[in-house]
Amino acid sequence: MNALQSVPLNHYILLSAMLFAIGVIGVLVRRNAIIIFMCIELMLNAVNLLMVAFSAHHGDGSGQVFVFFIMAVAAAEVAVGLAILIMIHRNSKTTDIDFLNKLKF
Amino acid sequence: MTQYAFYFLAFVSILCALMVVFSKNPIHSVLYLVLTFFSIAGQYLLLNAQFLAVVHIVVYSGAIMVLFLFVLMLLNLNTEAEPQKSTWLKFAAVISGGLLLITFVASLKGSENMALVQKNPEIGLTANLGKILFNEFALPFEISSILLLSAMVGAVMLSQKEKEAKQ
Repeated sequence: MNALQSVPLNHYILLSAMLFAIGVIGVLVRRNAIIIFMCIELMLNAVNLLMVAFSAHHGDGSGQVFVFFIMAVAAAEVAVGLAILIMIHRNSKTTDIDFLNKLKF
Repeated sequence: MTQYAFYFLAFVSILCALMVVFSKNPIHSVLYLVLTFFSIAGQYLLLNAQFLAVVHIVVYSGAIMVLFLFVLMLLNLNTEAEPQKSTWLKFAAVISGGLLLITFVASLKGSENMALVQKNPEIGLTANLGKILFNEFALPFEISSILLLSAMVGAVMLSQKEKEAKQ
């Protein structure tokens, strides 16, 4: 069962760091608010992957339960965020964040 | 064997994550993100976290990504004529993201390179996770139900049209 002995723990940390950095770059580069949401999901997933790896390494299931809660919070966040985006698009006909920099319509 | 599977899945996930950021069409971004999520689910399977792998596929690829696709097609944003940031701003963003990555990697420098050994391989099975979830984390579980309920109410409240305010 412990066939994972060949993969070092550092490589999991590297993979998560790269996914997280790609998410940060996406948030900084793109102007479409929906793509920015997707990059935030990517960052959450990087953290989830690292938490599962550490949970498996320590033999403690609490980390995986925590990932479960992160998924619930992410689902709630996406539902509310996309509702806000639909409302913004209905009022201003755009999802461009450079247009939405005044905290009002 | 699992070693090659890990590196293959890592390669696929990083490639697809890059394509999410740099593809012009938002629909393509969503589809690449689905691929990224599937490869991360494969990583969970390699870590013997079967329950989380299934929940990840169901929640992320099944629910969240369909919601994204639905909103993109509802708002009719599946065009490639999206306004782009200026080249200098993009360059600065990539540089700062790369610096963040360098910071993460540099913090690993002094750590010993130990292999991931699963002390208790049964930990990710559904029965064991359920025992932990309903013994130690029963209160957060109930609170998360309130969170989901309030998110549902909030989404419905936000997305309905304000008829009273306009009259």
